[in-house]
Amino acid sequence: MSCPPRPSVTETLRAKLQQIEGSGPAKQRPEAHLPTLNEVFVTMPTDAAGPGFVMAHLPQDLDKPVLWIQDSMSQRESGRPYLAGLAKPPQLLCLTVTRAVDVLWAMEQGLGCTDLGAVVAEVWGDAPAVDFTATKRLALRAEAHAVPAWLLRRAAAPNLSAARTRWRLGSAPSAPAPFNPRAPGAARWEVELFRARGQTPGRWIASYDRASHQMQFDTAAPAKQPTPLAHRMG
Amino acid sequence: MRGEDKLPVLSPATAPPQDAPSESRIKAPYRARRILSVHMQHFAMERWQRTLTRQGDAPPEDVPQALATEGPHGRIIYATNRAAEAAGVHINARAVDMRALCPDLKLAYADIGGDTRALEALALWARRWCPWTATDGLSSSGAGLIMDTTGSAHLWGGEAALLREIEERLSHLGLSSTLAIAPTHGAAWALARFGAVRETCSADALEQRMSNMPTRALRLTADTLLLLKRLGLKSVGDLAAVPRLSLARRFQKAELPANPLLRLDQMMGDLAEPISPPEDPPRFIVDARLPEPVQDPTPHIPDLCAALSEKLAGPGFGARRLRLTVYRSDGQISHVEAATSTPSRNASHLARLFEGKLERIDPGFGFDLITLAAHHAEHLTVSQPDLDRRKGTGDALGQLIDRLSARFGPGHLRSPALRESHIPERREIWAPAMGGLPRQPFGSADARPIRLLDPPEEVRVIYAVPEGPPAQFVWRRITHKVARFSGPERIAPEWWADNPGTRLRDYYNIENQFFHRIWLYREGILDDHRGPDPRWCVHGVFA
Repeated sequence: MSCPPRPSVTETLRAKLQQIEGSGPAKQRPEAHLPTLNEVFVTMPTDAAGPGFVMAHLPQDLDKPVLWIQDSMSQRESGRPYLAGLAKPPQLLCLTVTRAVDVLWAMEQGLGCTDLGAVVAEVWGDAPAVDFTATKRLALRAEAHAVPAWLLRRAAAPNLSAARTRWRLGSAPSAPAPFNPRAPGAARWEVELFRARGQTPGRWIASYDRASHQMQFDTAAPAKQPTPLAHRMG
Repeated sequence: MRGEDKLPVLSPATAPPQDAPSESRIKAPYRARRILSVHMQHFAMERWQRTLTRQGDAPPEDVPQALATEGPHGRIIYATNRAAEAAGVHINARAVDMRALCPDLKLAYADIGGDTRALEALALWARRWCPWTATDGLSSSGAGLIMDTTGSAHLWGGEAALLREIEERLSHLGLSSTLAIAPTHGAAWALARFGAVRETCSADALEQRMSNMPTRALRLTADTLLLLKRLGLKSVGDLAAVPRLSLARRFQKAELPANPLLRLDQMMGDLAEPISPPEDPPRFIVDARLPEPVQDPTPHIPDLCAALSEKLAGPGFGARRLRLTVYRSDGQISHVEAATSTPSRNASHLARLFEGKLERIDPGFGFDLITLAAHHAEHLTVSQPDLDRRKGTGDALGQLIDRLSARFGPGHLRSPALRESHIPERREIWAPAMGGLPRQPFGSADARPIRLLDPPEEVRVIYAVPEGPPAQFVWRRITHKVARFSGPERIAPEWWADNPGTRLRDYYNIENQFFHRIWLYREGILDDHRGPDPRWCVHGVFA
């Protein structure tokens, strides 16, 4: 005869854990640790929520150029940055390379340059080069020179990484458009902060207003249960 | 005093040309030199043809072709090829008139700035024959070079051999030329344009030879030439026979290019006209001579860069392009190049530009001489740090651009700039960042995606109604169902840039079942008689 489970103890423990981990409705607005390495996982490769989220974090009147590195697979699958889509676009320096190693090398070079406003890199897939050591190097370099770094990962599993904040992003139903109920409105994203130093992980619905360059985190958790965010190759 | 000889009013009337040569040599102190003049009548056209030939786009010889410049009343012919010349197209005429004369005349714009630079480079190249060379005018009537070959002609086997050599070398460059050597600049200029083939003229025969030259050979302005023609003075000899005092009085206030007396004095050697050659551009080259052949140049790069930057720092230059050359022991030479976006003489920065490039050098059995040359250098002033000790801006950014461009190629690091166009893909211009960053762009108020697919990807759609948005579509093997949409936004083709058959585009902004916001368009409308059924393409993704 098997040992009967002890529901009371398990449940209390689970409740306590939930309280500690904060997987319920989060309490505060999450902050990206700006002058360091932040990692963003995009659930579907064609989704522009990732780049949108990164752009929303850049300061509005950025007078320094932004180095934007893409590997060729990311560029082919998700397109290239388009300045006309931004209310106040920064100066962009776009670098296209073929290998993930080159992305990391270029990112490291960029993070050593204090004249840059930010360094954003897009890496496709689980490249073995993007490991704990590499991300640690990037994080330390970003902190040493106070240049914000963003690593956008597509079709990748969140393996071990030294990024100070790690996010998972997908699109959420857009806000209602003001004049047309059938039209898509302002962007909304399903944001999950699943690892962060010094703050509570959680889930939010972030809405972004393009005109005012403001991002709002709605603490109200999504009504539905957190969907399993599938990783799917293009 | 020689200075008094220069003043035309004070000097006595020039003796007629049949004077004894010994006497004229005393009176003309500036005849001792040997001046070589090169006249390239078709310089602009030949350079243009050569440029096109190099691009693999050689224009056919038998098609009339002309280069034009902007004039006050439309375009003016600047240079012609042989076919156009034979068809009667003449220089300095209006392009529309010449089009009437020769309807299949092809016109292109003349690149006068490029011609000037090419002529200056040619003048420096001509220093192989003598140390004093300079440009001598560039206009629609051709380009000229002037050289002082005094004491250097014998090195080339005499003056006749030198003239042949120069003409041959220029013809290898695709330039036809006429040349002459004479004791003065003015006489050489005249003989190169109006004399015999490769003519040389000695100091004794100068007056004799010049007397039957036309007055056009005096380098005068068109107004003065017209005036002389009206006065009945058709040749240099006619002019020389006129009493000097009256000429001096008549042209007392005229500047040098309009003063026939001064020009005559220059031609005859009574007035000094030295050639003022530009200085040689500084050359920055350092070398490392190795005691025995080595296979790997890497350990020598830092020292070479340090030596080069020291050399650059002296006259205040910074390197823009570097070339590292290795001389192999078997006589072969190979080189790698690097470039910088802003002038730099930072040794460690220059050394890092060669990182990852040295593998391309084929060392063979080793090499024993390495040279590093800055073959393109620009002025670089010393920049002072700010009062609060911050470094000057842009330096580190320039170095980053150099490093990334050197590693991945200048075409891979690009910077977009916005321009005025409604066609989404023409809204941005992508230029290599090596050419400098564009100004900070202004955003637009239109709803545009933040990612653009280049090129647009065609999708299969299922219509609800043919004129509206699709009900669903298949993109990258996934069926997207349209949940919400807005549009259409109609963007018409740019008639001034597009082909006549280009179709308009209706853009829709849709949200699918995954809540992705996709920008797609239908190219054309159903019965616009501009081709088959309209295509649908995904062009971008909204945030």
